[in-house]
Amino acid sequence: MKRFQSLLQILIAVGIGLFLQVLINNGMINPYYAHVMTNMCIFITAAVSLNLINGICGQFSLGHAGFMAVGGYTAAIITKNTSLFVPAMISGQPRFFLATLIGGIVAAFIGLLVGLPSLRLRGDYLAITTLGFGEIIRILLLNWQFVGGASGYFGLKKYTNFTWAYILAIITIVIIRNFIQSSHGRACISIREDEIAAETMGVPTTRYKVIAFVIAAFFAGTAGSMMGHVNRMVSPASFTFMLSIEILLMVVLGGLGSISGSVGAAIFLTFANEALRRFRAFRMILYSLMMIVIMIFRPKGLLGTKEISLHDINKTMTGILTKFKRPVKKDNPVETSE
Amino acid sequence: MPVLETTNLCIRFGGLTAVSDFNICLEDGELVGLIGPNGAGKTTVFNLLTGVYEPTEGAISFCNEALCSAGKALQPYRITMKGMARTFQNIRLFKELSVIDNVKIAYHQNVKYGLLPAFLHAGPYAAEEKEIEKKAIDFLEIFNLHGKKDEQAKNLPYGEQRRLEIARALATNPKLLLLDEPAAGMNPQETSQLMELIRFIRDKFKLTILLIEHDMALVMGVCERIYVLDYGKIIAHGSPAEIRCDPKVIEAYLGEAV
Ligand SMILES: Nc1ncnc2c1ncn2[C@@H]1O[C@H](COP(=O)(O)OP(=O)(O)O)[C@@H](O)[C@H]1O
Ligand SMILES: [Mg+2]
Repeated sequence: MKRFQSLLQILIAVGIGLFLQVLINNGMINPYYAHVMTNMCIFITAAVSLNLINGICGQFSLGHAGFMAVGGYTAAIITKNTSLFVPAMISGQPRFFLATLIGGIVAAFIGLLVGLPSLRLRGDYLAITTLGFGEIIRILLLNWQFVGGASGYFGLKKYTNFTWAYILAIITIVIIRNFIQSSHGRACISIREDEIAAETMGVPTTRYKVIAFVIAAFFAGTAGSMMGHVNRMVSPASFTFMLSIEILLMVVLGGLGSISGSVGAAIFLTFANEALRRFRAFRMILYSLMMIVIMIFRPKGLLGTKEISLHDINKTMTGILTKFKRPVKKDNPVETSE
Repeated sequence: MPVLETTNLCIRFGGLTAVSDFNICLEDGELVGLIGPNGAGKTTVFNLLTGVYEPTEGAISFCNEALCSAGKALQPYRITMKGMARTFQNIRLFKELSVIDNVKIAYHQNVKYGLLPAFLHAGPYAAEEKEIEKKAIDFLEIFNLHGKKDEQAKNLPYGEQRRLEIARALATNPKLLLLDEPAAGMNPQETSQLMELIRFIRDKFKLTILLIEHDMALVMGVCERIYVLDYGKIIAHGSPAEIRCDPKVIEAYLGEAV
């Protein structure tokens, strides 16, 4: 029954994706909106993966843009230089697919290098090291002439389309959701709840923090590749600290530990970003204010750790329907007492 | 064969010597008490035994295996896997998790399936998770908590939180159970229920228990042997009857009726 339900969920998700792609192909959704929707999926991938570290595992990473940069640049180098890393006979979309995968793997490897020393320590060390890591990556890229230095690495083909970004987002959601519904995921959550108790219950806490960190870095890397190949370039300016903060805001807004919350917040904030495009400076002020207000009034985010599933939607829908139906019945004592 | 033996255990925090020359020996199946005034170093002893703190000096041997010696200490999770479990003075449940998930985490150490089955919910995932679920429910039944298995741990009444914490520790299948002031904050009725529970656990699970407690009635009632700690040192050791009239103990408790 449970298996059937998750299969159904995946089928529905695939169906929606196919439907949207058909609308895009027909021109029913104009290219601008297609672009926004693609970005939405990329941010869903980034936010859900960051939630694994910050929400599920209870650590505090500020370096997601750094991992996106690593993945983005790695993939860009591979798709642009047909002689590097992947045999030249693989070209076009398959090459982009492999480049994205390799971008994720390289980001995961860097995640391991950054995570191992800093996750051994408790407290805010991770926030500080990941903050530093993001800046180091950006400065290295600024000075690396092979990838264009400060002006960025141009001339990528626009391999990313809505379907690619959508598939990646779905894979991220499914894998991370499955992970947190496993014994390994419970181990991660127990670290968030109480690190000392987790360790005393036989959970190797450092190992699980590193595992969560590496998984998140992998998906951040793939999101970086998607981003580069939708903008047709990667540049140090597109992977700044502000990007990490934007993704963090999605996680915090949606609820630390809530996957569906991150998805919703990523969709909402990408929209807001587009709507406020003309007020760039104002936007950052607004976001900062939002962060402060959430931290004061709902420190666990709008959803907390709750998840919204098809089952809940079903329940609320029937709830709403019965509410609508109620007035038809007359002399209902329950109604009058309400 | 002793289950637990410490030799000259000592820990200093900066200039403060919290525990020194600490020697205890627990035989298989014993129920032993560790008492002493506030700040005597009892909780620190538990932290040393479970690997939360590394001793400055001394050695711990658990079932004839060295847990720490010559500056090399095992990590807490390894000590748990060797068969030591504990509860905490200030309850440390996984508050936002359900009652059953609190217990399930104790079984994590036995999980054989890897990350790939976890990502895909494939292969051995379903069978093992089903087994964990069943074991956890059976376990909660013993502690009469199965009716609340889906409630968040933080929503349980205080006494049940204590019980859940003990259940969770026992689910790791320990040979030695350390209980840090399990009766703290309980009313007399809850305390007497707890005494029953502790005896029941010892008989049913056939394990050794080391118990820290302030409630003298409880300690004297259930423990076979008692160590008394004051300023980090053992000042007395013996049967409840011996401890009751030991002049040093009476002095340490400043005339409190022991
Ligand atoms: N991590 C620590 N750092 C410094 N001092 C500590 C630490 N842990 C315990 N102590 C000190 O050790 C002494 C014993 O504390 P504790 O073991 O908690 O006593 P109790 O017998 O009441 O459980 C106290 O003086 C406490 O302040
Ligand atoms: Mg104490």
